[in-house]
Amino acid sequence: MKKMIGFLTAALLFTCALTGCGSSGSGNEGENGNENEAVSADAKAVSTDGSTSMEKVIGALGEAFKENNGIPVTYSPTGSGSGITAVAEGRCDIGLSSRELKEEEIAKGLKGTVLALDGIAVIVNPDNPVADLDMETIAKIYKGEITNWKDAGGNDGEIVLIGREANSGTRDGFESITDTKDACQYRQELSSTGDVITTVMNNPNAIGYASVASVKDSVKTISVDNILPTEETIKDGSYKIQRPFVLVTKEDTNLSDTAQKFYDFCLSEDAKTIITSAGIVPAN
Amino acid sequence: MKNKANTLETVVHGIFLILGLITVGAVLLISIYLIVSGLPAIKEIGLWNFLFGGEWAPSKSDPQFGILPFILTSIYGTAGAILIGTPIGFFTSVYLAKMAPKKMKQIVSSAVSLLAGIPSVVYGLVGMLVLVPAIRKIFQLPDGASLLAAIIVLSIMVLPSIIKVSLTALEAVPKEYEEGSFALGSTPVETYFKISVPAAKSGIATAIVLGVGRAIGEAMAVVMVSGNVANMPSLFESVRFLTTAVSSEMSYTATGSLHQQALFSIALVLFLFIMLINATLNFFLKKKKES
Repeated sequence: MKKMIGFLTAALLFTCALTGCGSSGSGNEGENGNENEAVSADAKAVSTDGSTSMEKVIGALGEAFKENNGIPVTYSPTGSGSGITAVAEGRCDIGLSSRELKEEEIAKGLKGTVLALDGIAVIVNPDNPVADLDMETIAKIYKGEITNWKDAGGNDGEIVLIGREANSGTRDGFESITDTKDACQYRQELSSTGDVITTVMNNPNAIGYASVASVKDSVKTISVDNILPTEETIKDGSYKIQRPFVLVTKEDTNLSDTAQKFYDFCLSEDAKTIITSAGIVPAN
Repeated sequence: MKNKANTLETVVHGIFLILGLITVGAVLLISIYLIVSGLPAIKEIGLWNFLFGGEWAPSKSDPQFGILPFILTSIYGTAGAILIGTPIGFFTSVYLAKMAPKKMKQIVSSAVSLLAGIPSVVYGLVGMLVLVPAIRKIFQLPDGASLLAAIIVLSIMVLPSIIKVSLTALEAVPKEYEEGSFALGSTPVETYFKISVPAAKSGIATAIVLGVGRAIGEAMAVVMVSGNVANMPSLFESVRFLTTAVSSEMSYTATGSLHQQALFSIALVLFLFIMLINATLNFFLKKKKES
């Protein structure tokens, strides 16, 4: 009998613990709005899918949208390619791409609307006399064809290449624009923009890249083909190392009411301040 | 009345049983999860190619998943940290246990405890801002983030576990042993190294194994000083450890992709390493009990 009671208490408490965990767990998922379950739980939710680089801006827009309309926006960070496929197959409302749509994707009946522009700054140590590099030199430096600063107009010193880890959106953007994909001879691969900036700040021979919005005065932003990344030069396209953040929709099918509302909100005047505060340049 | 007390007793007994089972449950859950999610990638890549492949390039058009650089880096890094940390830790604990004046012992002991309590991210931060630039200047390197920087940081991090456990072992040596040695005319230093240390050797071995466990599992501090490029380990080159290979790429992988599964497989390999270290630890502890 004694053992029986003990065992029963154990069983009861264990069940309580399990259910307790279960309910609080699902509550969190709902709040984050990242999980697929949230979509089925709330049929009105707007689902977005795609570029990992757009996490910050979509997160901010989604939050503001939910505050105004009470409609949650879900976001699956799967990468631009998967996001475009998802919208083509109707698995999400709006696809997110951090590159322009390709010809064959447009031919499949997809439409891209540029939401914002993201500039990637090339940064060096403030003590480095180099202030300008052209695209070709940047590519050569990152591919390891130029290894000394004196060959790029600077002091004698081995160039230290600082980059981001594989799959990072910034790395992908930088490497595809400079045409150095899979060819970069990194000395350090760091997992955050902040680490890149700190490392470049501490090493007089380092060169790195980071999203324009995160660059501070502790490092020197160099101009590319004599053009510094600013809001104007990014907007008019004269600063070359930039990429568009694109909302991808289907040409022939109409969006659901809630998705259309979110789409319009993203392109509205109100959204501009949110986009700017997320560190990128609104497109229109 | 007595019956009531008994019921209460059994209820309390049940509660304690559950609390005990939580630990066991957590271990089981983590082990099973790691094995289940770690095996598919190994199967797809092939065990040999995975463990002994020299190239890690998951985002290439022809992706490569070889983790030999990570395994070797983890082994070299841990070995280096133990090589530097053990003599320092060992002599410190002999000094503290046998020779230090009481006041000195208090100060050093509390410093060691404080060292154990410093979060690893702080070690990493200091390493990144002080150690890495210092290595660059001293050795005239283009960049200081290297295996050496990681070894130095790790060797400081393993000190507390080595010192504390060896200290306990040395203090547990019966006084009679040492008194006997003194009575035969040995000097204090002779006594400590010929009598006390051999008597405490399994405890000291335990301390070193604990240090190995601490070093091989560390991620935060080494990610900030080692540079993180998947090179074959070399003292002045940028390297990536097993732990940091998992942590630095996990947040960017697509769910269910081979890349993500491969990261789980790396975690599984790391897990096996740590199991191995635990088995060694148990071996020493058992030996200690027998002696």
